[in-house]
Amino acid sequence: MAELVPLDWAWGIVLYWLALAGLTLLVQRTQRLVTQLVLPMTTLGTLGIVGVGLAGLMLPASHFVLPIGLPELPFHLRLDALSAFFLTLLGGAAFGVTVYAIGYLKGMERGPLALLVLWYHLFLVGMTLVLVADDAYAFMVAWEVMALSSYFLVTTDHKIPEIRRAGFLYLLIAHVGAVGLLLCFGVLDGGRGDYTFDTIRFAQLTPFWATAAFLLALFGFGAKAGLVPMHVWLPEAHPAAPSPVSALMSGVMLKTAIYGLLRVTFDLLSVQIAWWGTLALALGLITAIYGVIFAAVQSDMKRLLAWSSIENIGLIIAAFGLTLVFYTDGKGALAALTLTALLYHSLNHAFFKGLLFLGTGSVLHATGERNMACLGGLMRFMPWTGWLVLIGALAIAGLPPLNGFVSEWLLLQAFLLTPSLSQPYLNMVIPVAAAMVALAAALAAYVMVKFFGVIFLGQPRDPNFRHAHEASWPQRAGMIWLAAGCLLLGLLPTTVVAWLQPVVTLLTGQHLPGSANWLFLTPVSAQRASYAPLIFLTVVAVMLLLTFVWVRRIYHGRVRRSDPWDCGYPEQDARMQDSAEGFGQPIRQIFEVFMRVERDVPDPFSRHPEYRGASLDKIWFLLYEPIGNAANWVSTQAGRVQHGRIHWYLIYSFATLIFLLVFTG
Amino acid sequence: MATGILLQIAQTLLAIVLAPMLLGWVNQCRAWLQGRTAPPITQPYRTLRKLFHKDAVIARQASPLFRIAPYMIFGCMALAAGLVPTIANDLPLSPATDVIALVGVFALARVFLALAAMDIGTSFGTLGARREMLVSFLAEPALLMVFFTSSLISQSTELPVIVQTVAHKDFVLYPSLAFAAVAFWMVSTAENARIPVDNPTTHLELTMIHEAMILEYSARHLALIEWAVALKLYTYSALGLALFIPWGIAPQGDYGALPLAFATVLIKLLAGGAFLAFLEAISAKLRLFRAPEFLGTAFLLGVLGMLIHSLLEV
Repeated sequence: MAELVPLDWAWGIVLYWLALAGLTLLVQRTQRLVTQLVLPMTTLGTLGIVGVGLAGLMLPASHFVLPIGLPELPFHLRLDALSAFFLTLLGGAAFGVTVYAIGYLKGMERGPLALLVLWYHLFLVGMTLVLVADDAYAFMVAWEVMALSSYFLVTTDHKIPEIRRAGFLYLLIAHVGAVGLLLCFGVLDGGRGDYTFDTIRFAQLTPFWATAAFLLALFGFGAKAGLVPMHVWLPEAHPAAPSPVSALMSGVMLKTAIYGLLRVTFDLLSVQIAWWGTLALALGLITAIYGVIFAAVQSDMKRLLAWSSIENIGLIIAAFGLTLVFYTDGKGALAALTLTALLYHSLNHAFFKGLLFLGTGSVLHATGERNMACLGGLMRFMPWTGWLVLIGALAIAGLPPLNGFVSEWLLLQAFLLTPSLSQPYLNMVIPVAAAMVALAAALAAYVMVKFFGVIFLGQPRDPNFRHAHEASWPQRAGMIWLAAGCLLLGLLPTTVVAWLQPVVTLLTGQHLPGSANWLFLTPVSAQRASYAPLIFLTVVAVMLLLTFVWVRRIYHGRVRRSDPWDCGYPEQDARMQDSAEGFGQPIRQIFEVFMRVERDVPDPFSRHPEYRGASLDKIWFLLYEPIGNAANWVSTQAGRVQHGRIHWYLIYSFATLIFLLVFTG
Repeated sequence: MATGILLQIAQTLLAIVLAPMLLGWVNQCRAWLQGRTAPPITQPYRTLRKLFHKDAVIARQASPLFRIAPYMIFGCMALAAGLVPTIANDLPLSPATDVIALVGVFALARVFLALAAMDIGTSFGTLGARREMLVSFLAEPALLMVFFTSSLISQSTELPVIVQTVAHKDFVLYPSLAFAAVAFWMVSTAENARIPVDNPTTHLELTMIHEAMILEYSARHLALIEWAVALKLYTYSALGLALFIPWGIAPQGDYGALPLAFATVLIKLLAGGAFLAFLEAISAKLRLFRAPEFLGTAFLLGVLGMLIHSLLEV
């Protein structure tokens, strides 16, 4: 018997998940069995995927042909370093999310629960297969499994009209994107009819067709990732889905699009052209800034996180563009650095965004409220969730020594090395790009202070929340796993970067020089730049401890508790704190050009004043509404010919027949 | 290495000890310029001593975050102060945290302060936190741009290397550094809550930024925060000196130059403090919504500095 390679294991886990999906249907009447038997078994699969990924990074690529699919068109699977990295990401994030789901789904009704768990498994299967598919046919089938299963997951609460609408929008954009991908693979194949990636790799495309393929891929994968202007589904679908699903969609599914983009651009296409990189860089930066501005003005906590995902995807795509710029300019070492930053940020985002979505899930479970304007003060009632979410928030705000900082640091280092580029116009564009990355990072800190401060700090804006309950233990365990991931990815950058190098070597042909000292991350040279988060953490901890001990020594330690200072105005209540609206107000004022602001201000003498304000996405009104209206108009016009009278339809048939006869004759 | 670590600790301690004095000196100069009788230069020390002897009054609903934050802020600022070369240029800690990480340290302290301000849930606290984050989201990238200009010149993001390049290599005039210096001054007024962005002596809550955030703090917690504020001013001054006029800082391994370096730094700080007081005395505080314009200008100046470097100086 042949030795089992990691790819066989991956396929085995896919079958295992399919079997679990079947098992869910068998035990669906007993709700306890679903949450306490099936889901814990699922977590074993996710851990297995992490193992497969880690092994795949070390071992050479392996192939596998599955005897299923259409006749003469079997599924090809392949596991190389790139797939292995994204499998690790998938397994790592999905483990935390699934453990969390054990606790989160406990109280759900059994019918929807069984369906949710069934689709959840298919979603995992779809994502895994996307990452290991080695021909366009298998890829598209897996891609559709992923899209459809996630559509059904988004519409779990399908009785609510808004959720149905969000699901439809998601499905629509996912399929417009999928059409782009189909065409892209068609172009890549060049009419030879053999859609295996191996054949595609050796196809020599002219620059024109290569550009067409790249643009189609950017469109198709961009629609999945949430690149502006195809981002509109994210802020609708993420809040609609149950929290573990949002965590998985935002943390992992968006990354499959990044995977696809890398696969097509660096692996399948044999030529790359410099301006593609500039285009991706510009689109990525616009997405990042646009996403973070809208994140700052949201009042719904999950919608805020969805916009923040758009921002992070923007940063990742900007890194992708910069990688292409360096790569096409013959600067392999710099391309390696940027690609490392890209992969690192993808991994980080899977962990901290997963953590934050799970945190919102716990808040939603405890309070039943998604609107930040009604939350507040939850840190006191849910300390576990509060502190764990704080780790995620600090990480996503790019603060040292957590993981978000490392990838931003690597990306900024890459920008600082650009003056060596051969094209002078790029040397001028890139300082501006670096400034925009810095701006996005700083705004992310604003968003996260708002997110954490309004939900967890202050006083509860609704007195009922004093009875908010802490998350259950499986929920905490899931969040602890992801938070630990944020910490470790932040503290051990040298290890992580070394571990990413097989992927970087595979795509760019070069890799970063290994650090001489495992403590210090030195991506270029020690003289140039280095960063050692462990030392950083130690020094901060020592400083904290010394200050604490020293203050204890010189100070008597008496503490008095009292009411907060009321500025001489005793009638204050919790509703006078800044709402989410209020916290976002300065950003709304500064960036009002990007949004359509709708405000209903009550009459000053109204007995029951109601205030409503919304900052809406202008792209929706400028791009999508005209398209929607045009589609409506065309359908109405087409509807005119249908009036249900049989003789008219006979005339139509007759006319068509005559037309065809004339046409063919 | 051992001497390096000693020097590192000595510079950090020196910063911690000297920082309130710098604040006292600025206040003194400003009082003179405004024709008031100046408080003694040691006034900040007395304030700190007084605060350390009071009973801490903490709001009932304060979470542990509120009590941890002052230590965190002080620790971050002390670390930042230790990272900037003031007297000697060999800092063993600097390879662990370069200038980008230094910006991160400032951001960490700021985020903790803003979160602590929101913790009690009074309207002024959240108002201050919101304004602080508003000021910083423009100031932070501007500061990064200033650092980037210096880093592009010296091909390194480590402060000792930057200082080494500017101070101890052939003297070259860099026009980009002039833009960076103006941007840096604008950023540091904002980050240190000084006129024209904020007024450290204000007693009117509606115009406060920094003061609004620390309204709920008292006694030792307030003392730590006040000390951290002084340290931040010191760190920014030292940074400005290290980036733009680094002459006098003793090069690595040259211990004979230390006394002279110490004297130079004192003179530079005194002169810089007097200059800061002068600028504050002749300007008025901006309306809050003019602050983004002011900082946006700083940001653009920083970007211009980088552009000029890549256009003219490569």
